[in-house]
This record gives sequence, C-alpha cells and structure tokens, in this order.
Amino acid sequence: MEINVLYYLLPSLVMFCCGIYGFLTRKNMIAMLISLELMLNAVDINFTVINRFIYPDGQEGMFFSLFAIAIAAAETAMAIAIIINLYRVNKNVDVRDANKLQG
Amino acid sequence: MEILYTIVALAIIIFSVLTVTTRKILRAATYLLFTLFGAAIIYFMMDYEFLGAVQIAVYAGGIVVLFVFAILLTTKPGHNSEKLESRRRGWGICAAVLTAGITGYALLSRCCSLLGAKPDMEFLTMNKLGEYMLSTDRGGYLLPFEAVSVLLLACIIGAVAVARKR
Repeated sequence: MEINVLYYLLPSLVMFCCGIYGFLTRKNMIAMLISLELMLNAVDINFTVINRFIYPDGQEGMFFSLFAIAIAAAETAMAIAIIINLYRVNKNVDVRDANKLQG
Repeated sequence: MEILYTIVALAIIIFSVLTVTTRKILRAATYLLFTLFGAAIIYFMMDYEFLGAVQIAVYAGGIVVLFVFAILLTTKPGHNSEKLESRRRGWGICAAVLTAGITGYALLSRCCSLLGAKPDMEFLTMNKLGEYMLSTDRGGYLLPFEAVSVLLLACIIGAVAVARKR
C-alpha cells in the first residue's frame, strides 16, 4: 500500500464533517467551541499535507498552519472569556438563552 | 509507516466522532485532546517536527486545559446534556453528509494527477525556520509574525477586560 495524499485528507475530511455536525446540533456554547476547534484543526492538517506532498519546495502551508494555530489560541481565549461573562448574567451557557440584546 | 498511519487515521476518525456525539461535555473535551494528539502525529509524519511540537504545546497543553477550566466553572460535574431533538439532529447529519459528499467527490474526481508517494524534502531545521520567520525577503514571514504578536497582546488585554468582575 502506497500512502498518497488522499489517505491523509480522508481523516481530516471526517474531522471537518464532525465539526459541522457538532456546531449545528450542540446548544452548549463550550461544546460549539470544541466543534469549531475540530474544524480549524482539519483545515490545518489539509494545509500541511498539501504543502508536504505537492509543493515540498516551499513552506507556505506549514507557516499558514503555524499562524492559524496561534490565532486559534487567541480566539479561544477570548471566546471563553465571553462565555464566562455570559454565565454570570444567565447562570448557564445555553445559546438559546443568550438573547438579552435582541430588540 | 503503514501501521502508524492506520492507527492514527482510525484514532482521529473515532475520537472526532465521539467528540461530537458524547453527551457529557467533559468527555467531549477529553476526546478532543486525543484528536489533537492524532493531528500532532500527522505533523510529525510529515517531517514538520516544529509544527507538531507547537500543536502539542498550544492545543493539548493550552487550549484543552482552558476548555476543562471553563467546563468545570460553568457546568455541574456528571451532568448530561439534554437529548437532541430529531429534527435538529437530522439537519446536522444532512449538512455533514452533504459536505462530505461534495468534498469527497471533488477530491476523487480532480486529484488523480496529484497521487504519488511523499516526495523528498529538505529537512526544515530550527535555524532555517527562524530565518524564514524573521526575514523580509521573498518567502519571509516578518509581517505576520509581528501581527500575531500584536494580536496576542490585544487578546490578553481583551480577555482581562471582558472577564473581570464589575
């Protein structure tokens, strides 16, 4: 068996679809954030694998993944700060209850 | 290599499915940790050692711990999330399967020219990586590097400002 680029893209595709499913079905905000992390990671794997297999001379995909990881960390920290702040107001972290700003 | 690949691919698939289907949120965070480790092993298999180390340090070491803290602060331990309504679950499965179908079709129909074993690559040493990061030439990444440092500073201040008690 020769492992080519498709073999690596398959698990990342499954990971991305799991992320979509979780993001659409969960109501707990932290669970939605976890699904978002799954999707981000699938995309990072794709960038790296395609960089390595198809353009091994450059390092663009690898650096893109590196910066994407840094930005995802910042985004998660901010999102968790917002969720904890919302928890003080609502006493739970359900997205359906986060409607205080609706007119 | 084949054996390692099979184990990692199966682990990623199984644990990412478990992450979104389990009803205990703390378990979802734990399964997410295993999925992230699988991704790190894929980076190591691609010969990007630094990226794999960053993945383990930032995601497994930082983000998952942050998730666990937030979960323990906001939910009672052992609490099950409520059962999904079948309509909502149907929409979710529909969207996921549709994405998988379209993307899989695009992959299989366009990718035949790209197949082949892993080509050789010059090993990316830390020296070279540092030069890439801090150079302004073609293929240098000084601007995104500095932008990320400003972003992280803004994020620290923002997180403190948002979460502080009034």
